[in-house]
Amino acid sequence: MNFRRFWSDYAPAVILFVAVIAIWEGAVILFAIERFILPAPSAIWSNFVENFDRLVGIGWFTTKEALGGFFIGCTLGIGTALATARWLTVREALMPFAIAANSVPILAFAPIVNNWFGVDNPVSKMVIVAVIIFFPMMINTVRGLTLVDPAALELMRSYAASEFEILFKLRIPNALPYVFSGFKVAASLSMIGAVVSEFFGGNRQALGVFITQEAALFRFENSWSAIIIACFVGITFYLVILGIERISIPWHVSFREK
Amino acid sequence: MSIQSTISIKNTTKIFNQGSSNEVVALKDINLEIKPHEFVSLIGPSGCGKSTLLRLVADLIVPTVGEITVNGKSARRARVEQDYGFVFQAATLYDWRTVTKNVQLPLELMGYSREERKHKAQEMLELVELGDFGNHYPWQLSGGMQQRVSIARSLAFDPPILLMDEPFGALDEMTRERMNLELQNIWDRTDTTILFVTHSIPEAVFLSSRVVMLSPRPGRIAEIVDVDLPMPRINEAREDPHYFELVNHLRDTLRKIEGEDG
Repeated sequence: MNFRRFWSDYAPAVILFVAVIAIWEGAVILFAIERFILPAPSAIWSNFVENFDRLVGIGWFTTKEALGGFFIGCTLGIGTALATARWLTVREALMPFAIAANSVPILAFAPIVNNWFGVDNPVSKMVIVAVIIFFPMMINTVRGLTLVDPAALELMRSYAASEFEILFKLRIPNALPYVFSGFKVAASLSMIGAVVSEFFGGNRQALGVFITQEAALFRFENSWSAIIIACFVGITFYLVILGIERISIPWHVSFREK
Repeated sequence: MSIQSTISIKNTTKIFNQGSSNEVVALKDINLEIKPHEFVSLIGPSGCGKSTLLRLVADLIVPTVGEITVNGKSARRARVEQDYGFVFQAATLYDWRTVTKNVQLPLELMGYSREERKHKAQEMLELVELGDFGNHYPWQLSGGMQQRVSIARSLAFDPPILLMDEPFGALDEMTRERMNLELQNIWDRTDTTILFVTHSIPEAVFLSSRVVMLSPRPGRIAEIVDVDLPMPRINEAREDPHYFELVNHLRDTLRKIEGEDG
């Protein structure tokens, strides 16, 4: 993609971003907003630069929890979905619960899970993240494995293909786009899950704990700097998955040249 | 019977949802013998069971009553042993496979080596004049080209029988006539026996050695017409007076069937 094309695609977003920052900065100066209500972007930025090394350490701690939870949750979600594709009764038994559980605010269990694994133990956060991710991952994958064009299945039947061949040559490729939309949802949820479950207590060098403690001490610039890190990690995570998706399923509708 | 039939359908009845309130007798007492290298078209008003009959031959569904023999064996064994290629109304190509990989799909399932697969797929793509499109994805091709890929796929493993379910139904008139010529050409150059479902009388007459007209509710054979136009057929066949006679005759039959039905 050349620069001109890049610019015409992203210019509106860049302009909006700059405008919002400018209005924010202007409003803080103009209305003399107290720094414990809303610090100016410039103040947050200088704090961010000053504490960068410490913030990176804190951010990495929480990122590890999010990544750990992401891998556990995705593995279990996809694994369960594959099992249900093989054994119909398992699906019929599990799906209603999965759909119900998907609308339960699982974060509410965070204090209890903290108690099971120990508040300081990153595993407690990974478990919360994994449980949050499990259901959307499983539901998406099951949809991808089962929403197969009936004619495509009939074609396989005309070739007398085995269930195993149908799974690998038809159901799994068909499921990939659904799995990737699951990954994208899971990427955002994993960072949210990790940070918010830290609000209920955890290691002092973790984003959620740092944000609440610094806010309690009226050091709001510190909290804001930590939020920048959290945003950065979340967005990066999402973009990495988008990139892998592009490489893995270049045939999918969303990547076709217009 | 002097020559063994390639497809033999005996006293076959198909009832859907048997015993329930929405029971439908799709086909009743069908008897049809198709000899080697025949090109037989099934035609009739919608709901006459022509697609159902094709699916019975393919063992995609099983008859309620009756016996179907394909290539001298049960329809089920013929399916398992890949005695036929099936062409669906939609091209039914897999989005994640390139054109050549789509053509190779049945060969992969049948355990051909990588070299054989590549060679065979290229040969088939050239047969349908898509030799340069192997590395394209299906969505990069027009509807007519996609359907040609699907024909290439059905021919890839040299099945002795080709079952085609309104394969050109979704194509425009121009493409359709060109595809008819190509199919004639393929049929002429191979020993393939073809059973072809269509709702176009001119198409059926142009392509077939025999046309089987079905009547609906329940589906029965209304008439069988031998098409005694010279083979192989070229575009001029469409201007032959006898071609028009046959087309008009079948139209009259169809009108009579629909009149009785309505």
